[in-house]
Amino acid sequence: MADTITLEVFRYRPDEASEPVFQSYEVPLHKDWVILDALNYIKDQLDGTLSYRWSCRMGVCGSCGMMVNGKPVLTCAAFVEKYAPGPVRIEPLENFPVVRDLIIDMSDFLHKLKQVKPWIIREEEEAPDKEYLQTPSQLADYKPYSMCINCMLCYAACPVYGLEPDFVGPAALALAQRYNMDNRDQGNRQRMEALSHDHGMWQCTFVGDCSAVCPKNVDPAGAIQRYKVETATHWWKNLLLPWGKDK
Amino acid sequence: MTNPAPQTCDVLIIGAGGAGLRAAIAVAEANPDLSIGLISKVYPMRSHTVSAEGGAAAVIKENDSLDHHAYDTISGGDWMCDQDAVELFVQEAPQEMIRMEHWGCPWSREENGKVAVRPFGGMKNKRTWFAADKTGFHMLHTLFQTSLKHDKVLRFDEWFATSLLVDDGRCVGTVAIEMATGKIQAVIAKAVIICTGGAGRVFPFTTNANIKTGDGMALAYRAGVPLKDMEFVQYHPTGLPFTGILITEATRAEGGYLLNKDGYRYLQDYDLGKPEPKPVLRSMELGPRDRLSQAFIKEQEKGRTLQGPYGHYVHLDIRHLGEKIINTKLPFVRELCLKYENLDPIKEMIPVRPVVHYMMGGIHTDIHGATPLKGLYAAGECACVSVNGANRLGSNSLTELLVFGARAGKAAATFAASQNGGFQNGGFQGSAGNTIKALYADEVRRLEQQFLKKEGGTEKIATIRKEMHNAMEGGAGIYRTEDSLLQSQKEIQALKERFTRVQISDHSSTFNTELIAALELSCLLDVAEAVIQAALHRKESRGSHQRTDFPKRDDENYLVHSLAYRKDNDFPEIQYQPVTITRWAPGERVYGR
Ligand SMILES: Cc1cc2nc3c(=O)[nH]c(=O)nc-3n(C[C@H](O)[C@H](O)[C@H](O)COP(=O)(O)OP(=O)(O)OC[C@H]3O[C@@H](n4cnc5c(N)ncnc54)[C@H](O)[C@@H]3O)c2cc1C
Ligand code: SF4
Ligand code: FES
Repeated sequence: MADTITLEVFRYRPDEASEPVFQSYEVPLHKDWVILDALNYIKDQLDGTLSYRWSCRMGVCGSCGMMVNGKPVLTCAAFVEKYAPGPVRIEPLENFPVVRDLIIDMSDFLHKLKQVKPWIIREEEEAPDKEYLQTPSQLADYKPYSMCINCMLCYAACPVYGLEPDFVGPAALALAQRYNMDNRDQGNRQRMEALSHDHGMWQCTFVGDCSAVCPKNVDPAGAIQRYKVETATHWWKNLLLPWGKDK
Repeated sequence: MTNPAPQTCDVLIIGAGGAGLRAAIAVAEANPDLSIGLISKVYPMRSHTVSAEGGAAAVIKENDSLDHHAYDTISGGDWMCDQDAVELFVQEAPQEMIRMEHWGCPWSREENGKVAVRPFGGMKNKRTWFAADKTGFHMLHTLFQTSLKHDKVLRFDEWFATSLLVDDGRCVGTVAIEMATGKIQAVIAKAVIICTGGAGRVFPFTTNANIKTGDGMALAYRAGVPLKDMEFVQYHPTGLPFTGILITEATRAEGGYLLNKDGYRYLQDYDLGKPEPKPVLRSMELGPRDRLSQAFIKEQEKGRTLQGPYGHYVHLDIRHLGEKIINTKLPFVRELCLKYENLDPIKEMIPVRPVVHYMMGGIHTDIHGATPLKGLYAAGECACVSVNGANRLGSNSLTELLVFGARAGKAAATFAASQNGGFQNGGFQGSAGNTIKALYADEVRRLEQQFLKKEGGTEKIATIRKEMHNAMEGGAGIYRTEDSLLQSQKEIQALKERFTRVQISDHSSTFNTELIAALELSCLLDVAEAVIQAALHRKESRGSHQRTDFPKRDDENYLVHSLAYRKDNDFPEIQYQPVTITRWAPGERVYGR
C-alpha cells in the first residue's frame, strides 16, 4: 500500500474568484485516519485557507457531512483507507448553496424545521412535579425518528429537494413524525395543517436514497410514506365525514 | 470594515449548548416582554452537549434522598463544593429533569412507564436518568427544538464572540464576527450570560470537541472577572486511544470491568473496594473518576498496563454483559467501537486510557449565576458556582446546565427588566453610547491589526497549539509538581509571546476558519495560564489536583477556592475565598468500604 493518497478538494472562495476549482493535496495514508483527519492535516500543515465544518469527531454533532467520491457521508466516520489508492474527491453537500469551500448554507433547513413545530404540543402541561408515563414500547414507536443529527446527508441525496426547494424534506418530516408518534404529544393536526401545502412530499417516489445515506438509521423515507398515508386518510375522512373528528 | 448598526436585545446569551438554551427558555418564560439574543459559533445542535452519553442525575426514586445526592456530590468533590450551592442544586434537579421530560426528552423507561435510572460513578444510589447512551444528544435536541417555539429568541447562528463590551463597570454586550460574511458587529444588551462550555482543548488528548476552547472563560478573564478553581481538571478514566472518544461510565455502571495486562481488576489495589461480579455502588469500577485515573498512572508505573501505538492502555471488558444489554443500554458504545476502533465489544475487550474530560473550574459566579461584573452572568461548564468542587461526579454536569442555566436566565431577566437607562433604543446614543462606540471601534482595530490585515506572521497556529498541548500534558497533567508546573509556565509564557507573530494566510471575509482557529488559540493560551498558576499555588493534593510534592489534603490552608485574576504582562494573581460549608464537615473520602 502506498503511504500517501491524493485528495481533490473543491475550493470556492467568493472573495477571490467567482468560479470553483479543484485543488489536489497529497496527505499521509494512515490506517486510523478518517477523511476529516486528512482535511485537518491539510489545514494545519499544507494550506490554512481550506474551510470546512467539524466539531465532535464522533459522528454525533452532524457538522462534517460532505460528498466523498460523489456520495454524502460524515467525514469523521469515513476511513481514508477505504478510498485507497485514490484520488479521493471531496465536495460540499449537493443541493445546497455553497458559502465557501466545503461549507454549505443550511439556513433553509432551520426554517423548515421550525415550520413542522418540533416540540411537544398539549392543551395543558402536567404539574411540574409529575412525569408523563411512557412505556418502553411507546418510546420505541418514535425513537428511531428522534435519532436525527441534522447532518443534511439525506437532503444531499434527495432527488426531489434538488428540483423542488420548497419541499420540507426528509429530516424535517421525520422530526414531525417523531413528535406525532410520541404519546405525550397532541399536535398531530397542527403539524398536518402546516404541511398541507407541501407539494414536494407528493413527488417523493420512495426511491429511499435518504434512508440509504442516513448514518443514524432514521429512515426518513418510512416517515414520509407514513405521512402520506395519514394525510390521505385524513383527507378522505374529512370529505366523507365532515363532522368527523380526528386527533 | 464599516460600522454596521449594532444589534440590540434585552438579554444576550453567548453559547447555545445545554446551558445557553435552558437559559434562553428561562428568560422567555420569566418575562415575555424581553427580547433574547442567542449567539453561537456553531448551530445550536452542534454544541458539545450533544456528545454527552451517560446521563443526568436527579433524585426521583423513593429509596433515594436529596441529602444522599448532596453527600455524594460533596464527598466526590473532596469537600471543595460550596454546600449551599449543592443543596439547591440537588433540590431543583428533579423538577428541571421533569421539565425536560415534559418537553419531550426520550428518557429510557421502566416497564410501568416511569423514568428509569442507572447507577453512576461515586453515587450511592441509582439516580442517573438516561436516554440510552445518548443522553446529551437527546437533551440538546429537545432543548433546541423547544426553544424554536419561543419567538422572542433571536438567534445569531455561527457568530463568534471576540470580546465583552464593558462600560463603567458594567457588561453591556459583546463584539462578534458573523462568520458567513466576516462582518464585525456589536451586540448590545442589558444583561449578558456566558454559556460557552469547557476548555478541554488546552490538552492534547481529550474527549472534548474541537469547539471547546474556553472562549467565554477567556472573554470574562480579559474583562477582569476572576476564573475560579482552574487547577481542577478532570481526567475520565476510559477514553479510546488516539481519538480520545469517550466510552461512557455507563459501561461500568452496567457491570464492565477494568483489567490490567494480566486480566486483573487492579482497582482493588487502590483502596476502592473488593471485586464483586456485579457492580457495587461507590466501589471499584464505580469509584470516582479522579481516583480511577490516578490508579491507572500507578499501574503504568508498575509496568502492568499494555502498550500500543498511542501509548499505554488497559482493558475495559463488557463481554460478559451479553449482546442484549449492550444493544439496548449501550448501543452508541458499540457503534463507536465498531466505527472508530474497528472492534466489537460483544466479542473483544476495549482498549482505554485516561483522557482530559471536564473543567471543574470556570468563571466565578454566585448561586444566581451572577459574576462580580455587573450585568454579566455565566452558567454551564464555563462557570464555577461551585457544585463540582475538586472532582465532578459523572452525570452531575448535564443537570447543572439545567439548574444553573435556568437560574442565570431568571436572574438576568430580572436584572434586564430593572434597567431602563441609556442604550436600549438602537444602541449608540448618549454618552454611554459614545463609550460603547469607542470600545467597539477599539475591538475592530485589534482584530484587524492582530489578525485580519496582518502580514508577515511567522508562527504557525498548529505549531503553537501543539507546543501548548505538550506543555500542559507534560507539566499540568494527572500528577504535578512545582518543577513540572514551573516548566509549563515558562513554556506557555514563551508561546504567548510567539503568538503575537502568528501567521494568518487567509484574508478573506467569508467563513474564515483560520481566523477563528487563531482566536480560539489565544483563548486557550489564557486558560492554560490560569490553570498553571492556580495549580502552582495550591500546595496540597485534593480531588483531581494531585501534587506529588504535597501528597496530602490540607484543610487548614487550602479549604478555599482559588480566584485567578488576569494581569497585563505578568502571571495572573491568585486570591482565595472560603468554601461554604453548611452541614457536612470535611471528612475522609471512603469508597468500597
Ligand atoms: C464526551 C462527553 C461525554 C459527557 N457525558 C456526560 C454525561 O453523561 N453526563 C454529564 O452530566 N455530563 C457529561 N459530560 C459533560 C457535559 O456534557 C458538558 O459539561 C456540558 O454539556 C457542557 O454544556 P454547556 O452548555 O456548558 O456547553 P456546550 O454544550 O459546550 O456549549 C457551548 C456553546 O457555546 C458556544 N460558544 C463557545 N464559544 C463561543 C464564542 N466564542 N462565540 C460564540 N459562541 C461560542 C458554542 O457554539 C456552544 O453553543 C460529557 C462531556 C463529554 C465531552
Ligand atoms: S435523517 Fe439521517 S441523514 Fe437526514 S439529517 Fe437526520 S441523521 Fe442526517
Ligand atoms: S465532526 Fe461531528 S459528526 Fe463528524
